[in-house]
Amino acid sequence: MSRILPLRLERVGYAAGGKTLVHDLDVMFEEGPRTVILGPNGAGKSLTLRLCHGLIQPTTGRIVWQGAASASAQRRQAMVFQRPVMLRRSVAANVDYALALAGVAAAERRARIADALEQTRLADLADRPARVLSIGEQQRLALARVWALQVEIVFLDEPTASLDPGATRAVEAIVNAMDAAGTKIVMTTHDLGQARRMADEILFLHQGRLIERAPVDEFFARPRTREAQAFVRGELLPI
Amino acid sequence: MSDLTAAFASALVFGLDADLGRIVLLSLRVSLSAVAIAAIIGLPLGAALAVFRFPGRRAIVIAVNAMMGLPPVVVGLIVYLLLSRAGPFGVFGLLFTPTAMIIAQAILIAPLIAALARQLVEDMWAEYEEQLRSLGAGAGRALWTLLWDGRFSLLTVVLAGFGRAIAEVGAVMIVGGNIDQVTRVMTTAIALETSKGDLALALGLGIILIALALAINATAFSINLVLRERQG
Repeated sequence: MSRILPLRLERVGYAAGGKTLVHDLDVMFEEGPRTVILGPNGAGKSLTLRLCHGLIQPTTGRIVWQGAASASAQRRQAMVFQRPVMLRRSVAANVDYALALAGVAAAERRARIADALEQTRLADLADRPARVLSIGEQQRLALARVWALQVEIVFLDEPTASLDPGATRAVEAIVNAMDAAGTKIVMTTHDLGQARRMADEILFLHQGRLIERAPVDEFFARPRTREAQAFVRGELLPI
Repeated sequence: MSDLTAAFASALVFGLDADLGRIVLLSLRVSLSAVAIAAIIGLPLGAALAVFRFPGRRAIVIAVNAMMGLPPVVVGLIVYLLLSRAGPFGVFGLLFTPTAMIIAQAILIAPLIAALARQLVEDMWAEYEEQLRSLGAGAGRALWTLLWDGRFSLLTVVLAGFGRAIAEVGAVMIVGGNIDQVTRVMTTAIALETSKGDLALALGLGIILIALALAINATAFSINLVLRERQG
């Protein structure tokens, strides 16, 4: 299968309302490691994901998909939001909607839906209205949508921020299964525990700047910058 | 008080009357047709104003909102001028027909439906936008998704339009002419009976009108409730 990765951000900046919120990001996202973007609230983590996913346009710099299929990059990536958005239709129909938009043929959709609901343990709820699910189940359904789309890279914006520990564990398990199935994971969190559990590499953002990038063990054992040291110790950083 | 008693009496008596049956059926036919046309125009228009961003959008939103309060007699007058023999659409000979009444009422309530739908869909769009764009939905596709997802709330909007149509007298009076057995509807009949001094009959008609509106709203509400419970 042709690829869209690696994804390269070249001096990407984003400003709104006269304030620069993201400064000069130079990053390459490559196949393989689960990347966790870590930082305090307001560090620009969500904005970075939205820039990568194309929901907002950078005010400076460029975002470049490198692979052979980069022209169709939009169809080969997906995003999971902090608060899942469910359409007012059944669980299965929510997955079906995403597949129809992606241009998947009707015959293939059914198999993909069944598989995705199986992977996210939602098969028993397939005919239930999505809006009556618990928030944890809704987030699993958001992941099922992504699973069915068979994307190459998924951006997850604090996917467990509004979930209880049980639901968080379920979401993390699904994300790891996606990783095992070969989908590149790029996830934001401000939760140190989650970063330790889920990351292969850490990008540490502070005040809209990327100030440290390291493999997870190295980041937590020997953070290089003063800000990262303070954050790892659990101190509050100035925003 | 005696008027009221007599009104109930005539409502009962008239309930069995063929003339009255014709009036009620014509009222329903005109207003339901008008609401259907207005919904077909107003719902997508309102949703488009919510989803698309283009220069002049705000001015259109304000204009549509202002048109929610269009005076029925003025709409009636304009439609009258358009449909009269000397008017641009005079050749169709529609003046003083139920079709003219449907046109007038549709013009009257389409802005109401569009304005209320715009507000509702805009609130939904705020919640859905990033997710739908992430899934690759363009604004056009999003518009239909939002209309479908908002179907239960939008039914209330359509009912509001029906309420305005069925209760309206000025426009249908002018373009319909209140011709017995041809264009007489409940509201114009009430106006006529009142001016003739037959208050009991007028009140009787009024009671039937209110009962009808109540019945239609209750039916729609119940259907809505059942579907909503089933679909979440």
